[in-house]
Amino acid sequence: MTVKNALLALLAGGPAHGYQLKLQFDRATGAGWPLNVGQVYSTLQRLERDDLVVTDGPVDGEGRQAYVLTALGRETLREWFEGTEVQALAARDPVSLKVLMAAATAVVPAVDVISRQRAKATETLQALGAMRAQGATESLAWRLHLDRMILLAESEIRWLELAEQRVEAAAMADDPQHGRSRPTGDSDDSDEEDSNTQDSERSGADKKARKGSTS
Amino acid sequence: MSDEIVDSTAVDSTAVDRPVLEMVNVSLTLGEGARRVDALLDISLEVHAKELVAVTGRSGSGKSSLLNAAGGLIPASAGSVVVEGEDLSALTARRRSALRRRSVGYVFQDLNLVSSLTAIENVSLPLELDGTSLAKARRQAEAALERVGVAHGAERFPDELSGGEQQRVALARGIVGERRLLLADEPTGALDELTAERVMSIVRGLCDDGAAAVMVTHDQSLAGWADRVVRLRDGRVEAVTTRPTITPELINELS
Repeated sequence: MTVKNALLALLAGGPAHGYQLKLQFDRATGAGWPLNVGQVYSTLQRLERDDLVVTDGPVDGEGRQAYVLTALGRETLREWFEGTEVQALAARDPVSLKVLMAAATAVVPAVDVISRQRAKATETLQALGAMRAQGATESLAWRLHLDRMILLAESEIRWLELAEQRVEAAAMADDPQHGRSRPTGDSDDSDEEDSNTQDSERSGADKKARKGSTS
Repeated sequence: MSDEIVDSTAVDSTAVDRPVLEMVNVSLTLGEGARRVDALLDISLEVHAKELVAVTGRSGSGKSSLLNAAGGLIPASAGSVVVEGEDLSALTARRRSALRRRSVGYVFQDLNLVSSLTAIENVSLPLELDGTSLAKARRQAEAALERVGVAHGAERFPDELSGGEQQRVALARGIVGERRLLLADEPTGALDELTAERVMSIVRGLCDDGAAAVMVTHDQSLAGWADRVVRLRDGRVEAVTTRPTITPELINELS
């Protein structure tokens, strides 16, 4: 559980009570990671139960209890940092599901669904870019968090790009006549902008790919 | 707004509202007969001062053609390209290149820095070609190098500079003097992430200070710097996205 390890890491800097830990956590994550103070208290109780932290002195005048790392807590923390995490790459998110369903059925043209999602993701990327441009004075934590979001948004757009090409290629494979019936240029036209041979083939596939009926 | 700004707009209010680049129903046909290719079809695009427009799309979608047409490097087959109020097709070839040299800066993926010239000589070259006095060209080149943070490398030759510095020298050459339109093709080339970010923040800063820029890229994270992203497909505009207004709600939703 990540919050547990994060609290151990923060307590390595010295004893702290729940609310202090919550503030330290926000600072370290650039406030890009919502954590409520109740979660901090319940996690501290679990850490105490597991002998990873112990109370540090009595409750203060404001009713706050400080905690300190135990040797076992320090050991657990080191193991966490020295180990590696596995990112969950099985993307079972709403965008993936919509694109997969669009590709598997013919309710609407899959490429239209993909185009709309790509435009949305591009907008998101622009918003993140504007936040980046504004944030020259922001903390390292916030910049790291923003970088991560930017790259995730970029990765989504790249996936949608690839998905669109695959859907088109699949449509063309289903109906090869359609794709090849168009004139294709010679291969020695390297002085022309890129190869429009691809373009004309693509148009054929494109029509097929967009042919999904709305009924 | 200060009085100063109000006064300066009062002098020539049309120049303020006028787009720096205006493409109206531009088509571009390459090749002939059976090998005829419509590289651009009916493209309309306005880019105002302070705007950064990114152009994306697959290979062969017309991105580079759009940039070539915008800069007057290849004349449009139909429609008009207007730069700072001047219709490129209405100009003689000579006046067209003069306008281009005066108003348009290019930054290409392939840097094209002259290896036998120092950084500052590379940057001042376009001004000198345009008849600017040597002293003035040098002064403006210094300012441009300063702007991109490579003033320290002014007297060095390209191969004595890092990749990132070379890229910034190329950028300085693109913006030197009073150029108001920057046309860039993959301006961060093969730079590492942080150096690319530095180059883009310079481009963004130039726009914030009044330049207009059109940047062709396949790199989606670069598109994130743009006010508008124009996506081309088969020579046409397929989609345009505009940067949303940043509100606390949006930040909350995204982060």
